[in-house]
Amino acid sequence: MKANTADVIVVGAGIVGAACARAFLREGLSVTIVERDLVGGGATAAGMGHVVVMDDSEAQFALTKRSRDLWDSLVPELPPEIEFERRGTLWVAADGEELEAVSGKKAHYEARGVRAELLDELSLRTAEPSLRPGMAGGFLVPDDSVIYAPCAAAWLSRGANIVRGTVEQIEDGALRLRNGERLEAGVVICATGAWAVDLFPALPVKPRKGHLAITERYPGAVRHQLIELGYLKSAHSAGTESVAFNVQPRATGQLLIGSSRQFGVEDGAVEEHMIRRMLDRAVEYLPSLAGMKVLRLWTGFRAATPDHLPIVSLCPGMRRTYLATGHEGLGITTSLGTAEILVESVMGRAGVLTKQNYAAERFVECRV
Amino acid sequence: MIVNGVSVDVADGVSVAAALMQLKIIPRRALSGEARGPLCGMGVCFECRVTIDGQPHERGCMVRAREGMEVRSDEG
Repeated sequence: MKANTADVIVVGAGIVGAACARAFLREGLSVTIVERDLVGGGATAAGMGHVVVMDDSEAQFALTKRSRDLWDSLVPELPPEIEFERRGTLWVAADGEELEAVSGKKAHYEARGVRAELLDELSLRTAEPSLRPGMAGGFLVPDDSVIYAPCAAAWLSRGANIVRGTVEQIEDGALRLRNGERLEAGVVICATGAWAVDLFPALPVKPRKGHLAITERYPGAVRHQLIELGYLKSAHSAGTESVAFNVQPRATGQLLIGSSRQFGVEDGAVEEHMIRRMLDRAVEYLPSLAGMKVLRLWTGFRAATPDHLPIVSLCPGMRRTYLATGHEGLGITTSLGTAEILVESVMGRAGVLTKQNYAAERFVECRV
Repeated sequence: MIVNGVSVDVADGVSVAAALMQLKIIPRRALSGEARGPLCGMGVCFECRVTIDGQPHERGCMVRAREGMEVRSDEG
C-alpha cells in the first residue's frame, strides 16, 4: 500500500471518525485517519460522554437506540480506561406540569424496546436523595450509560493509520492537505464536527458552544446522570443562549456539571456569566453542589443542524465522499450508529436504520 | 485534634499537613491507590487534601490544627 492512499480515509479522529475507522477496518478495508490535532481531542473530549436515548423525533429515537445497543454489544471488550458505567438517565421534573408532560413517555419508549420508569415524588427521593426536596418526580431510563469518550475514540481507532495533518480541500475520493500533499482513497469520510463547514460551506451546520465544569472527587454524591426535563427547551431554544441542569457522576467520584448552549460565539474562552448561570441552575436542583469544589472549567463546540439530526450520507454530487457531521450533543452516543449507516451505504447493504432520515439531501441547501 | 476518630495532641501552631506527617498518616491516595502527601507545603499542589470538619478536599498545609478539629484522611 502506498503511503498516500487507503481504501478509506477518514478526516477527523473524534468519536465519529474513530467509530467509522473501526467499522471499515472490520470489513477488512485499510483505513487512514487524518487528524489535525489529537485523537478524541475536540468536541469528543469537551463533552460528557453520555450514551443516551433521545426522543426528539422518530429518526432521533431510532438512531440513539440503535447506537446505544451497539455500545452495549461492545461492553465486554471495552478496556477499563473507557470507564463504562450503566448509570441510567434520570430526567427530573421540577413541577407537576413537567411531570404531566412526560406521562406518556414510558409507553412510547417501551413500545420501541427501551426500558423506562415514571417516578413520583417519593420514588424520585429514593432514587436520588441529593435532589432538592419538592421535585415533582422523574423519568428514569435505566439502561443509558456513561463512557470516557477520549479514551473510547483512541480505542475505536486502533488499527487505523493515523496521519497528522490539516485538510484544506476534499474532492470526490481525494483530499489535499495544507502542506500540499494529496491523498486518494476509494472512500473519503468527512467527520470534522463543527468544522465541516470549513470544507463544505453549504452545509447547514453551526457551532453551538457549550461550557462544562468538573468537581473534585465526591464518591456517591450522585447516582444517576441527572438532567432537568426543561433540557429539551434549552436544547431547542431559538434564543442565542440557554442553560440547563445536567450533572453526571464519573467513575472517579467526580461530577461533571453542565450544560450551556450558545449560538454565534466563536471564541472558545470560558465566559463567567455562562458559568454562573449554569452553576446556579445546577445548585437549584442539587443544593449540595454549593459546598463542592470545582476543579476545572472548559468549553467545546457542538455541530448543530436545524433538525437536530446528524448528516450521514454521500456528499451531494459526489460518489466516493461521505459526510458524517452535525451530531450536536449526541455524537458520543450516535457515533456507532453513524459508522454503521456509512458502512452499509458503502457496502450496498440494507440496515436497521432508515438511511434517508440522515441524508444531506433533506436540506434544500445541500441539493445539487 | 481528632484524626480518623482518634484524639491526638499536636504542637501549637502546626499545620494539619505537618501534624499528619508527624503522626505518619497518609493524607490521601490517588485513584490507583498510590499514597500521596504534601509536596509543596504552600497550597499549590493539592496533594495533602483531607476532610476537615466535614468539608472534603481541604488543603492540610493551609489550615492550622485546632483543639477539637475533626480530620479524616484517605477520603479522595
